[in-house]
Amino acid sequence: MLQKEIAGITIDVDNDGYMTNLNQWNKEIAAALAKEVGIDSLTDKHWTVVDYLQKSYKEGVALSIRKVGKSGVTDIKEFYQLFPGGPLKKSSLIAGIPKPASCI
Amino acid sequence: MNTNDEKIKKVSIICAKGALEDVYASLILANGARMEGIEANLFFTFFGLNAIRKNKMDKLHTATVGNPALDMPGGIPFPTFLGGIPGVESGVSVMMKKEMEKLDIPPVSEFLEIITASGGKVYACKLAVDMFKLEREDLYDDLDGILTVGDFYQQAAGGHIIFT
Repeated sequence: MLQKEIAGITIDVDNDGYMTNLNQWNKEIAAALAKEVGIDSLTDKHWTVVDYLQKSYKEGVALSIRKVGKSGVTDIKEFYQLFPGGPLKKSSLIAGIPKPASCI
Repeated sequence: MNTNDEKIKKVSIICAKGALEDVYASLILANGARMEGIEANLFFTFFGLNAIRKNKMDKLHTATVGNPALDMPGGIPFPTFLGGIPGVESGVSVMMKKEMEKLDIPPVSEFLEIITASGGKVYACKLAVDMFKLEREDLYDDLDGILTVGDFYQQAAGGHIIFT
């Protein structure tokens, strides 16, 4: 298993840098991961989305852009603005959940 | 895993056929590009225009005649003579759409909205629009334009062109 040192903590990650143990996640790690993908500061809206993703993941929901768009947490346009250049992947990375496997 | 560092930055996808599977191939490629942060243009021409015609977009069919890849549920090849019976093609297409919905694949109208919301551009081919005698109001509301082939090449500049 790969490990990575971030925000002063060692986390377990996969080959693409996604966290493999959500229990290791905290907000400082999230902020540091966000910086790595070009998002300098996380707003309340970002945290709401992250919270929704983690909750969905724990419930075993397979996430897609469409699901996030229908979640009521954000809409698709805003989702793309919050996490520019690959919203589902970037937000999943920041939320500490696995790399999304959806094509939609 | 691909080790090539050079990333695709832009794609322009031409959809020239109007069968369910042809249209979805184009929509999924365009939406998938946006999901990866790749700029995406969709250009609908000829029968592909059905995908952006308001009265047709959610009624696309998959061919039950002349489609040797089509199987019946259970994997038996679909007999061609059955495919020609009125209503069979509609029924098969409805079944396909139900299976797609299970995989969270949206109907065409919603898929186009998703692509537009994601910043993807949707265009119609001028020549095909003229040929089918269509008006702007017949087409998808958020269409980004009706283009000549020359306009299309300008929009596609600097990226890859995919013909489905």
